[in-house]
Amino acid sequence: MAEKVLEIRDLHVTFDTPSGPLEAVRGVDLDVSAGELLGVVGESGSGKSVSFLATMGLLPARARVTGSVLLAGEQLIGASAKQMRSVRGRLLSMIFQDPLSALNPVHRIGDQISEMLRSHQNLSARDADKRAVELLDIVGIPQPGDRARQYPHEFSGGMRQRVVIAIAIANNPKVLIADEPTTALDVTVQAQILEVIERVQERFGTAVVLITHDLGVIARVADRVNVMYAGRNVEQGTIESLFDHPSHPYTRGLLASLPRPGKQRLKPITGFPPNMLNPPSGCAFHTRCEYAADICKGEMPPLVGFGDLQTACVRAKELPKSESFV
Amino acid sequence: MFRYILRRVAWSIPTLLIVTFLVYLALRIGTDPVASYKRINPRASRAKIAEYIDVNGLDPNFVQGYFKWLKNFVTGEWPRSIKGRREVWPALKDAMANTLRLGSAATVVGIFFGLIAGVLAALRPGGKRDVFINTSAFVGISIPPFISAIMFQLLFAVYWQKWFGESLFPTSGVYPAGHTGFDLFLMLKFMALPTLVVAIQIIATYSRYMRSSLLDVLNSDYMRTARSKGISERRVLIKHGMRNALIPVVTIAALDVGSIVGGLIITENIFSYPGMGLYFLKSFGEGDFPLLMPWMVVIVASVLFFNLIADISYAWLDPRIRLE
Repeated sequence: MAEKVLEIRDLHVTFDTPSGPLEAVRGVDLDVSAGELLGVVGESGSGKSVSFLATMGLLPARARVTGSVLLAGEQLIGASAKQMRSVRGRLLSMIFQDPLSALNPVHRIGDQISEMLRSHQNLSARDADKRAVELLDIVGIPQPGDRARQYPHEFSGGMRQRVVIAIAIANNPKVLIADEPTTALDVTVQAQILEVIERVQERFGTAVVLITHDLGVIARVADRVNVMYAGRNVEQGTIESLFDHPSHPYTRGLLASLPRPGKQRLKPITGFPPNMLNPPSGCAFHTRCEYAADICKGEMPPLVGFGDLQTACVRAKELPKSESFV
Repeated sequence: MFRYILRRVAWSIPTLLIVTFLVYLALRIGTDPVASYKRINPRASRAKIAEYIDVNGLDPNFVQGYFKWLKNFVTGEWPRSIKGRREVWPALKDAMANTLRLGSAATVVGIFFGLIAGVLAALRPGGKRDVFINTSAFVGISIPPFISAIMFQLLFAVYWQKWFGESLFPTSGVYPAGHTGFDLFLMLKFMALPTLVVAIQIIATYSRYMRSSLLDVLNSDYMRTARSKGISERRVLIKHGMRNALIPVVTIAALDVGSIVGGLIITENIFSYPGMGLYFLKSFGEGDFPLLMPWMVVIVASVLFFNLIADISYAWLDPRIRLE
């Protein structure tokens, strides 16, 4: 297996709210290898975005972050603001969900890219501008030279997301975190953006973390998948194994709720995601799980090897074999 | 951009004509310029009154009268004031100069400190500093200028004299009685209290504008993008935050300055400061039509002018706005 570039261990993120502490991330372990595309799936509020915002050091000051995040051997939790600034944009960069608001409306596109370049590389203004145009070309923007002089409002949503990607890859980072990069876009544009991300990943060998709630997107592009629920990872594995024989009941439920050809009715997961101010004891999914037993309410199950998957379910071995969703 | 400005300037001419006609109508209907003349000059001969009606365009037919007034106004044949037959232009010019001096001093001081206070408040919303600035701004807005003016006069002149034998700042006028010529230090001393009164209002208002505008910007996604680039917090704030936060504030400021030219009626009155506000109060009180009409033209022109400035600065700061 390739070298690990990002290792997250026992990551906890707690927000102090007026109604008490809210633990949004409750002990996440996760590895990203060089050059791979890791998909992170989960419902809204499962802690997937928060985990990676914590990794980037972009959470507000009232968030308490503990655990360990090693990026190419460098510890990011507890790092100084200066150290984090040096990492952000150089080794680790991020694409955000809404391209319409992610770019500053009053600065030219080219300037927003060259700002990223010049903050980490010793480049002259002219060289940075030249490189910015090249980057626009790489992400597939036609007439990049003219487009660099335009403002965000002159770009469509898909084009703006390409610009955001160009900014993110400007310094050839080791890890690129894409937080729901296609959610705000049309389906046809979604496919184009995914292609751009894949192309970047292949061309520069960048490891990509694709955060999404869309399993269809994951199935198309990811090498490995990490399923999150209520601030914990519940299952990990390669895309083939996970879609072929999901073992955690939550993963099964997610896959069964997807529309597929020949299927008449969708089968939703019953109930609602838990209130994280007061999460259920033990396995947080037991309130909605059709296989739940008393043992599930006890302790939070850790991820353990189960066949070629890592599954956080104490009853994984006893459950009936799942149908395949390949 | 240049063509836009030219067109706006060209358009301001019909606007000026329409508004001055309305003002003319209002003064003709709301006051009776001829009666005012007779009241002030009770022994005026029939011929004098006829001449007064003629040079001011006070014909019974409003439209004809307006154009007669307009012709005299444009050709510079301005009628003299009804009281003392003074020339209008020198009086108007002095009033404008005094108001512009007071207004720009108060605006510069007020906006400068207002913006700083607003930024400081927005950087730590809910913090002690924010609460302090917000409360002070609220107090500043709530105290009407005639109260604060009198309080400052009491403190810096009356009580100061009692305690230290000499008042710190004079309370009225532009220069001491009998002074001639230009004296910057003396002028600033006389301007200090009225400037302070007006500036407090401006600081209070603009700190609140700036605070809410910057808070909006600080919570926007592009600020997160800027932070994700790993640039310094200072640069994030100045380059990405301030420019966006200033867009609405600058626009309001340009419009506000336009209305200050109309005079700070209350403040000027309390400090007997001979500016546009006091000019208006006096000439309106006497129904002095020859003094009032040029004053109105100046006000309308300055509002139009600063509206244009507001639009241009808006377009200059925000590339999404195109002037065409």
